[in-house]
Amino acid sequence: MAEYLIKNGFVFDPVLGINGDKKDIAIKDGKIVESVGASAKVIDAAGKTVMAGGVDIHAHVAGPKVNVGRNFRPEDKRQATYEPGKGVKRMSGGFSVPTVFKTGYKYADMGYTTVMEAAMPPFYAKHTHEEMRDTPIIDQGAYPVFGNNWFVLEYLKNGEAENTAAYIAWLLRMTKGFAIKCVNPGGTEAWGWGLNCTSVHDPVPYFDITPAEIVKGLIEANEYLRLPHSMHVHSNNLGNPGNYETTLDTLKLAEGISAKNNFGREQVLHHTHIQFHSYGGTTWGDFESRADKIADYVNSQKNITCDIGFVTLDETTTMTADGPFEHHLCELNHLKWANVDVELETGSGVVPYVYSPDVFVCGIQWAIGLEIALLAKDHMRYHMTTDHPNAGPFTRYPRVMKWLMSAKARDEMFAGMKNEDKVRDRTGLSTMDRELSLYEIAMMTRAGTAKALGLSHMYGSLTPGLCGDVAVYDYNPETASDPEAIETAFGKAAFLFKQGELIINDGEIVSNGNKRTLWVNVKTNENTQVERDIALKFNKFYTVSQKNYEVYAHHYVPNPLVFEIDATV
Amino acid sequence: MANIVSDVICPFCGTLCDDLEVELSDDGKKILEVYHACAIGAEKFLHSQAEDRITRPRMMQEDGTTKEVSYEEAAKYTAKILCEAKKPLMYGWSSTSCEAQSVGHSVAEAVGGIVDNTATVCHGSSLIAVQDVGIPSCTLGEAMNRADRVVFWGCNPAHAHPRHMSRYSVYPRGFFTGKGSKSRKVVVIDPRKTDTASLADVHLQLEQGRDYELLSALRVAFRGEKLPDVVAGIPKDQIYEAADLLKSGRFVIIYFGMGVTQSLGKNHNIDIAIGVTRDLNDYTKAAIMPMRGHYNVTGSGEVLGWQYGFPFCVDLSRGIARYNPGETSSNDLLMRDEVDAVFVLGSDPGAHFPISSVKKISELPSVAIDPHLTPTTAVCKLHVPVAFVGVEVGGCCYRMDNVPIESRKVVDPPEGMLTDQEFLEMVLAEVRKCKGV
Repeated sequence: MAEYLIKNGFVFDPVLGINGDKKDIAIKDGKIVESVGASAKVIDAAGKTVMAGGVDIHAHVAGPKVNVGRNFRPEDKRQATYEPGKGVKRMSGGFSVPTVFKTGYKYADMGYTTVMEAAMPPFYAKHTHEEMRDTPIIDQGAYPVFGNNWFVLEYLKNGEAENTAAYIAWLLRMTKGFAIKCVNPGGTEAWGWGLNCTSVHDPVPYFDITPAEIVKGLIEANEYLRLPHSMHVHSNNLGNPGNYETTLDTLKLAEGISAKNNFGREQVLHHTHIQFHSYGGTTWGDFESRADKIADYVNSQKNITCDIGFVTLDETTTMTADGPFEHHLCELNHLKWANVDVELETGSGVVPYVYSPDVFVCGIQWAIGLEIALLAKDHMRYHMTTDHPNAGPFTRYPRVMKWLMSAKARDEMFAGMKNEDKVRDRTGLSTMDRELSLYEIAMMTRAGTAKALGLSHMYGSLTPGLCGDVAVYDYNPETASDPEAIETAFGKAAFLFKQGELIINDGEIVSNGNKRTLWVNVKTNENTQVERDIALKFNKFYTVSQKNYEVYAHHYVPNPLVFEIDATV
Repeated sequence: MANIVSDVICPFCGTLCDDLEVELSDDGKKILEVYHACAIGAEKFLHSQAEDRITRPRMMQEDGTTKEVSYEEAAKYTAKILCEAKKPLMYGWSSTSCEAQSVGHSVAEAVGGIVDNTATVCHGSSLIAVQDVGIPSCTLGEAMNRADRVVFWGCNPAHAHPRHMSRYSVYPRGFFTGKGSKSRKVVVIDPRKTDTASLADVHLQLEQGRDYELLSALRVAFRGEKLPDVVAGIPKDQIYEAADLLKSGRFVIIYFGMGVTQSLGKNHNIDIAIGVTRDLNDYTKAAIMPMRGHYNVTGSGEVLGWQYGFPFCVDLSRGIARYNPGETSSNDLLMRDEVDAVFVLGSDPGAHFPISSVKKISELPSVAIDPHLTPTTAVCKLHVPVAFVGVEVGGCCYRMDNVPIESRKVVDPPEGMLTDQEFLEMVLAEVRKCKGV
């Protein structure tokens, strides 16, 4: 394999403590190395920014609800230029729900090399894997959802921790999943009857267990299994005024639990798109930010991480396994509504949404995301996401970086809002003059996310021995003054390496790489009780036989990267 | 002991039953019997064993006779007609695996073809309605476990999806429906006294083509507003009763078929049927599901969706994907003489398209890839027989509720026969040669 030397770039690597120093980065045999021979191909990065490849901890980029979004929104293809195929590239299109090809190309353009699909319904795991397989360049893994799964609800109700863990290990193996995701715990099962759970103490109909018990039980199962990533929660009551209290109630469930794993992960709970969960007020009329309360709490708790879910003020497509929320949203905006309830496991909904800068609620949502990121004390624990495509498309990350790095850019946004005063009044953003550095941005986009995923031994840094995933951006941190340059440069990497292979050369995608699918294979003690329960549920209540449920590697996961864990006791 | 393969997937209809057992000869080469399948599904397995099956491609000669050719020659001819055409139509895709569809799309992208599937004459109008108003739906098991109100609108599963009622919708005992059919009230809305209607608790025998009015009347009745004495041939009392029956359910599922998608009103019928479902969600829980026909038409829509963003009628001829049913739909293209070559795989337009479209196919350079002899293979210039997906080769398929299930290989195809995926890969290689890629 070719050797490369990326010379004289401004390097940002929070793991190594390199903050914009001029350094050379060497790549050989797919890895970052100390040095390479004289024959190595030299990439001149003088005047450019060099970082490890980006790692996205939460995006909806593959699977059934994403595809519902694509197929039921032909108009989305008109929001961005449909690009013809060229060279190694297939034709690609779509804006908020791009095709799989566009997903791969655009992430590569932003210097991202790893992206986690945030919610995989186990019953549809094959679909998720088919899409990930067809997505070029980026490494991917998917989080199966557990928060409304009948096995989990029953085992946790009966206090059977070991059975819960054994079942989760089995399901991760069957679906080739990477982590435990929990969406609106209990609420989506309640949605099977048109109901919801809006606080952590609302009992789930029939199953008679509370969201708090589900969240706590899943955190404990996660640590029992010593998974690379922590339990990944989207808590109850998303998107509603006054929901910050539910969020705090959920976060507090992690108190006193410490991480157990061999992957360098320190948190036991990752709260996703926390912007959507930081709302004050009692109605849309007195809607306001409670970013301060949430950021204060997360700052104080070392065993919690979060990603933000920045609202980008675009027309987009919302999609979530939080079925009742999507129904609620379509009652608000009266746009088209798709819903799929999945037997024994979960549900989901999809609704288009227009975040207008002229609607003050949207303006406040925009401000809350930025507020949280600017109140953060440790950006290793606050991650860049737009909950793609829920708060905005992932292609807007460079724009969010601009807002985070420039008070001037934020003021320009404020000035364009019809209800500027109201948005300034109800949030703390206008009093903040903090501007994040590229060092902090590198934490939010690669170092912090890699660590929270338990993948810091592979990604997120330029430490020799790690994967040769490196991005070079045409951005000179010493001379740049126009905030627009941030958005331009970080949306169009000049060079990108994935596993040591040159993917982007001088701004052009020249290879589709060797994409891998990450999944976790946990060995637990033999558990005949769980085996019997699984067989019984498949015989009686599933409509697919147990033998036809498993995702087999040959077709769906042709290039796996398996994390083997021994959790037997 | 009998040589039985279990958990076999039935490659016939969108019900995609996955509990078949297939008994093989001791050497594993012949299918002897098929258990659990309906009559149609069993026949699909058994007739793959026919002694007189066509096993090599055949080219039609000028005098109307056919001549056997090799797969290599067939792939060259297919690539040639696709590459020489300005706007080739690549139709079908519904009776094959997602793997084959995916290779087919690469071919279409290289030659600038139009990819359209059987939804174009089936549930395409449903797909358009979903683009207008969305769709609240669920998996078949969700309905089995919860639904106590089951509506069949313009569909006749007793004949078209023979095991649907026993596996999912009417008879099975689900988690919250422990008494099976006694847990459910079945409503059939159909102008005909179908065999499905004979099993219903309520049969609203509406006037043909008046579905929109009746659906609209139901929405009025849900709201307790006034109705005329008779709507669509149904007295208003019956409509109020039906509305109350649905509203009083814990979980309502509406299944609909070609009776509403291809009759007067088309996609607008589905729009308002989805409106009925949305309305019901204000009172109880409700879902609606199209009864998809071919076993993997749903998969074709899914693969097209993630690769191009549209579920059918995808025109790649301008180097980007365009979608405009009415313009980029197969019959409209054929009748307007807009396509100059036709490629058919996994469908039988010769049997399903209007005769005027079939005549056009017969006049154009054309190829049909299909294990069977069909009206389509009779009019196309080249017939390429291939292995049966789901019998002689496995592959991913999507059920009518979009649930992916991997079909299984049960026996080997006759010696030397290719699968459609293998043949498409040969065509793709030829196309790339021809295009100099």
